Amino acid sequence: MAILLDQHSRIVIQGITGSEGSFHTRESVKMGTKVVAGVTPGKGGTALDGIPVYNRVIDAVQKQGANVSGIYTPAAFAPDAIFEAIEAGIGLIVCLTEGIPVTDMIKIKHALKGSGSRLIGPNCPGLTTPGVGKVSFMPNFIHTQGNVGVVSRSGTLTYEMIWQLTGLSIGQSTSIGIGGDPITGSGFIDILELFEKDPQTKAIVLIGEIGGTAEEEAAEFIRSQVKKPVVSFIAGRTAPPGRRMGHAGAIISGGKGTAEEKFKALEKAGVVVEKNPAEIGRRVQEILKAAPRK
Amino acid sequence: MKIHEYQAKKLLREFGIPVPRGEVAATPEEARKAAKDLTGGVVIKAQIHAGGRGKGGGVKAAATPDEAYAAAQAILGMQLVTHQTGPEGKKVRTVLVEEASAVRKELYLSVVVDRSRGRECIVLMASEAGGMDIEQVAATAPEKIVRCAVHPVVGFSPFQARKLSVSLGLDAGQGKRFTEICRNLYRLFLEKDCSLLEINPLAITEQGELLALDTKLNFDDDGLYRHPEIRELRDTDEEEPLEIAARNASVNYVKLDGNVGCMVNGAGLAMTTMDLIKMAGGEPANFLDVGGSASPEQIEKAFRILTSDPSVKCILINIFGGVLRCDRVSAGLIQAAANIEMKLPMVVRLQGTNVEEGRRMLLESGLRLTVADGLYEAAQKAVSLIG
Repeated sequence: MAILLDQHSRIVIQGITGSEGSFHTRESVKMGTKVVAGVTPGKGGTALDGIPVYNRVIDAVQKQGANVSGIYTPAAFAPDAIFEAIEAGIGLIVCLTEGIPVTDMIKIKHALKGSGSRLIGPNCPGLTTPGVGKVSFMPNFIHTQGNVGVVSRSGTLTYEMIWQLTGLSIGQSTSIGIGGDPITGSGFIDILELFEKDPQTKAIVLIGEIGGTAEEEAAEFIRSQVKKPVVSFIAGRTAPPGRRMGHAGAIISGGKGTAEEKFKALEKAGVVVEKNPAEIGRRVQEILKAAPRK
Repeated sequence: MKIHEYQAKKLLREFGIPVPRGEVAATPEEARKAAKDLTGGVVIKAQIHAGGRGKGGGVKAAATPDEAYAAAQAILGMQLVTHQTGPEGKKVRTVLVEEASAVRKELYLSVVVDRSRGRECIVLMASEAGGMDIEQVAATAPEKIVRCAVHPVVGFSPFQARKLSVSLGLDAGQGKRFTEICRNLYRLFLEKDCSLLEINPLAITEQGELLALDTKLNFDDDGLYRHPEIRELRDTDEEEPLEIAARNASVNYVKLDGNVGCMVNGAGLAMTTMDLIKMAGGEPANFLDVGGSASPEQIEKAFRILTSDPSVKCILINIFGGVLRCDRVSAGLIQAAANIEMKLPMVVRLQGTNVEEGRRMLLESGLRLTVADGLYEAAQKAVSLIG
């Protein structure tokens, strides 16, 4: 089963003719992803390796039955691309673009309410379901099919964690990077909810980082709603307050958003908290051998 | 991005928010002239990107132009130390000379983003406890803070300001002016892509007028691309020279206090690498994210930034080669290290595609480096090199 991306997913790539878009489309096709169309305004009628390119998302929906979109357009055009995908009725929108202003994200969040669309990202590495495909920057080789769901706010740190699991022969159901921005389309809770319901997923790895209260909210949700075991790591214990650590969302302000607070909240919720990121894979291994959490 | 108080007040004025009359001065002579042009006594305020200036001696009152000259002379050029500057302080290069106001009451008013789940919106926040650190108020007397969420589509509506002004105990006339201030602040926040807009204190003067006595205005870095006029307000004197170099090289860099320099691809992994250095008993000298792709050019620029920080005694490189293969990363590292004649000891930890080839290249390069396999092992080796 896995979550979000499955055998029914038909993907359209917005910004497919750009250098990022075309490169990652080709990488995803190599692992079997069903990319059925591309969209670049003004390039309609052309093709990328036989994938038809349209001017509008609605054309990809009507002519190719696209139901998932991957967005690689630059930040200045990405909000428009997201609104277009929502209006075209795309069920799953994955925006990988970095640098969308917060004021635009507030409008996007509002547009998503009541729509049938779910947004992953922006500024995220996307998602991969091993055995099905990916809409993602994640390198192909790190994944292996299995029962662990991975959800994270980071990029390369997520690859590192997935690779650790694969190295221990622990496969993944789906791996998702929700993005490092202050406001993201989907949060930890949205993804945890899906993993909890997914019969394929037996355990969950949650990788957080400093800033905001997403991890604390996730902890509360896990305490009350998640029965599957969760292993967690939070990046940025040593980050100084008030400084933006690369990700716009990774900033400790007014003493809030520290790693210690997040570790504490997760621990209280019954999550297996591991402060050494090199040990995450082994914690998961132990948990899979033991009985379920509740 | 941060700006100075005088720049922020100019923006407030442009958006119809009342601020005291004032002028910026870079010399005592200019301060004297400014004081002459203004009415009554003045306040001389050091312009640095940090709060707590008054306690550090960066704000002085002056009754006459000559006193303004003396006050400016004392403040200009000083290393102003506040709770936000660190022990070395910040050099004062300009002062704001402003008409002094007789204040009856101090309020707090700000516009911030609420990023919590399902409630994402812009929020107006006010408090009768003005002039204090609002985080302190939030911790000790949270009931004194009132909030009002602005609907993203409806936008600002006057009832929201009325809700706040009643809690603040304003009279009808003040309430009306307060509503206009709120409306304009919200407009400024949205139009210029701010990330924080704070007026503290918002004074009620003896005459009953509302006046923004001090303000803090930060911008969303991601919004700067569409505001060239805001980008021009950047004062590079206020920033770490290395951070400026990093920004120009499109590298994410934050200077820290330790001596293990690190270079990592990806922000989350970079933070994790810092955490591991600390866990191994060392102190990271910086946060540095060379970007997910870590091209040879980026690596060379990052090397230059790391080696120009004199406190760096050892460099830890942690690259997860994904789309970019490890052999390419190694080639980039070797080329960059040769170009800049790298003398510092290095620990390199590579993982990912073609990692064997990448490691072999490093080992055969003749560079002074240690190759590490595991995440934690790399941090331990780097820390042990410092001794």
